[in-house]
Amino acid sequence: MAKHVVAAVADFPPGTRRLVEAEERKITVFNVRGEFFALNDRCPHEGGSLCAGKLTGLVIAKEPGAYEWTRDGEIIRCPWHGWEFDVRTGRSQCDPQKMRVRLYDVHVEHGGELAEELVAETFPVTVENDYVVLEI
Amino acid sequence: MKPIDCDVHPAVPGTKVLMPWLDANWQEQVVDRGIASLESISYPPNSPLTARPDLKKAGLDFAGLTSQVFDKWGAERAILNCNYGVQLVHNTDMAIAFTRALNDWIAQEWLAKDARLASSIILPLQDIEACVDEIERLAPNRQFVQVLVLANGEAPLGKRQFWPIFRAAEKHGLPIGIHAGSSYRHPVTSLGWTTYYVEDYSAQSLGFQAQLASLVTEGVFVKFPSLKVVLIESGVTWLPGFIWRLSKFWRGVRREVPWIDRPPGDIIRDHVRMTVQPLDGPEDLSVIEKVIDQIQSDDFLLYASDFPHWQFDGDDVMPKGIPTALHKKIMRDNPLATYSRLGG
Repeated sequence: MAKHVVAAVADFPPGTRRLVEAEERKITVFNVRGEFFALNDRCPHEGGSLCAGKLTGLVIAKEPGAYEWTRDGEIIRCPWHGWEFDVRTGRSQCDPQKMRVRLYDVHVEHGGELAEELVAETFPVTVENDYVVLEI
Repeated sequence: MKPIDCDVHPAVPGTKVLMPWLDANWQEQVVDRGIASLESISYPPNSPLTARPDLKKAGLDFAGLTSQVFDKWGAERAILNCNYGVQLVHNTDMAIAFTRALNDWIAQEWLAKDARLASSIILPLQDIEACVDEIERLAPNRQFVQVLVLANGEAPLGKRQFWPIFRAAEKHGLPIGIHAGSSYRHPVTSLGWTTYYVEDYSAQSLGFQAQLASLVTEGVFVKFPSLKVVLIESGVTWLPGFIWRLSKFWRGVRREVPWIDRPPGDIIRDHVRMTVQPLDGPEDLSVIEKVIDQIQSDDFLLYASDFPHWQFDGDDVMPKGIPTALHKKIMRDNPLATYSRLGG
């Protein structure tokens, strides 16, 4: 497992996303209300870039006409064919067992520990800041 | 093994036979206006499809139908689906009167005379409340095992205006039979009126597809989870392609119909059945087996002769190419599972 620093937390506000290229993969990282989620950027359907999709909610209904808006901001909709994926699980809404996006471990680390581990990043990691770290 | 024949057509000799079940006003109207017949152009009496040449005589009456379907083809039970143009009538009161008379004629002149016969309740879709009343009126007669509407009516069947019918049918364990035909409120194709009969008849499958899409997406099977729908004389082989198409596009626009929480094909397999005649296929019979595989359900097809329509020659009602391993299911198990009232 290799660690990649995506950004300083201060530079990656809620509601935004980053496309990261690492280990020959494209990975989309979302900040949803302060929680970070990392998904393979390639939609498993036809390969659309999820990073270009709309982060939205999930409308469900127990019966016809009983619309219920849930999971606000936790569903990424592929820009190509509209398939919906849960950023928490990577599972598609239309075929959750078979069709899912790979998730990666992403978390926040304090600069102090990172600065010792990582010396060759493209931006400086300072001891006093927090960073979004992707593990691949 | 004695099959259950899920689609046979009794001929109505004319409005004169309905007279005993019409009240005085409508009897007078029939005479005054010279309403001799309500035949629909969906089945023109002299069209070869409407009656096989060798069955034409048998197709005319009770004795002919019962001897062909029970004695010759060996059915244990047979379900009458009466094609008569009551659904085409524009005067709602007249439509209700004729439809009630037609159902009474079926009950008295057919069902009461042979316990092996069962029938669909014909519905006057011109008036939804009248449909519910007709279901309530006739449901106590256990020989009525289904309600019947046409594939091409005034509006897509899934719409909520029709739900009282589904509620009543579900309550009484009556599947909704959708039979080929049109009330001719609209052209049979969405392009406009066709010129030839073969166009009209071929286009029926498009009506069935639109009805399936409507019933599924409007959430009828979510609202009425025990409801079954039988597509009768719909053709069979168009179904897999349509399921793929409906399921594929649902994946992209699921949020439009959030009550549909599984692929439309799964819903269709759970709630919908099809009669097996006609089965349109190529000469290469191995293709038929592939199509059956593509439907992904052994429970889907119901044996039906479509008597006296000209869908096949000879006495092999079961279409060629259907694997023999499925014959028992199609001939007995599936009809009995679909029509709970046939079980007693």
